[in-house]
Amino acid sequence: MSRESALVTADWVEANLDDPKVVLVEVDEDASAYDTGHIPGAIKIDWKKDLQDGVRHDFVSKEKLEALLSSKGIANDDTLVFYGGNNNWFAAYAYWYLAYYGHENLRLLDGGRKKWELDARELSKDVPERPATTYTAKDADTSIRAYRDEVIDAIGTKNLIDVRSPDEFAGRLLAPAHLPQEAAQIGGHIPTAGNVPWSKAANDDGTFKSDDELKALYADAGLDEGKDTIAYCRIGERSSHTWFVLKEILGYDNVKNYDGSWSEYGSLRGVPVALGDEPGAA
Amino acid sequence: MCGAVKGGPSLEGVDVENQAVIQGIVTRDGQPVGNAYVRLLDRTGEFTAEVPTSATGQFRFFAGPGEWTLRTLAPKAVSVDNAVTAAKGVVAEVAVAV
Repeated sequence: MSRESALVTADWVEANLDDPKVVLVEVDEDASAYDTGHIPGAIKIDWKKDLQDGVRHDFVSKEKLEALLSSKGIANDDTLVFYGGNNNWFAAYAYWYLAYYGHENLRLLDGGRKKWELDARELSKDVPERPATTYTAKDADTSIRAYRDEVIDAIGTKNLIDVRSPDEFAGRLLAPAHLPQEAAQIGGHIPTAGNVPWSKAANDDGTFKSDDELKALYADAGLDEGKDTIAYCRIGERSSHTWFVLKEILGYDNVKNYDGSWSEYGSLRGVPVALGDEPGAA
Repeated sequence: MCGAVKGGPSLEGVDVENQAVIQGIVTRDGQPVGNAYVRLLDRTGEFTAEVPTSATGQFRFFAGPGEWTLRTLAPKAVSVDNAVTAAKGVVAEVAVAV
């Protein structure tokens, strides 16, 4: 993968608005943003209602994904262009999730909804009609998803990248500061994890920094390209953004997203936890 | 939308006592700006959070106690920085003009 194969610009999107095989998909945590106006022709996927199981603490199954994409009128050979608010956090999560189930033509709109709005580009309230399809997902690609046992085994052996804000990493905050600080789990981070906040990979307008800047960012944080890498955050959406940078833009091998992230790890009994601004010892 | 409502969004239903709230409104020439983005930067200038303003130009953060900077981006405007101090149990109100 590379920047050219994974990212599209707002200009590219405008030039391809009428291509029926290019499907724009807005993905937000707060799905009401779509209803106030979206990129013309875009459909909506609700991060919570559509992509989370709702009973089990997990994303929806392959079968539910197939039903969702079929009802949205998405075909296996469509090019899906994800974008959203929160600097594309949830759009990157949806991209990662679709990659997990093997959709081939995936793109992220560089800068997401914010860049589009700051450019004062057109937004529409019209909801497009797409005839239903029969979507068939592939088997899960487990090479891009990490589970808790693998994360514990990675302490001191693999690259662990904690992409939350420094205050969350240190244990001073439990959640991003635009959300109430009422999570039940303890604070801190996985020992030996480097802290590279997702935001360091993005410019103020939400677009990704250059390849050279990105490579330097992770190298400075001690990322060893010879080792496997696991990225995590609080609930797996910001770490999808970093997974996208490492795997899809920079093309590093063996990069996984730990979508259980701190909300799971920080609630586990008996696992090692580090506090403060330093990675801590294995 | 005629004229800006004073202060940030309603705090009805929010347990303010246990939160360090930073909130306010973004205006341009006295009118609320509903498509701005407000970022919360920590004492080292590191990004901590970002929210889009509501249709009435309002925004809110649940921060920790301490010194913070709000950086506001709006269409066709240069970004604006405002320093703010947050404390537990206190609602810090910030008026941002772009």
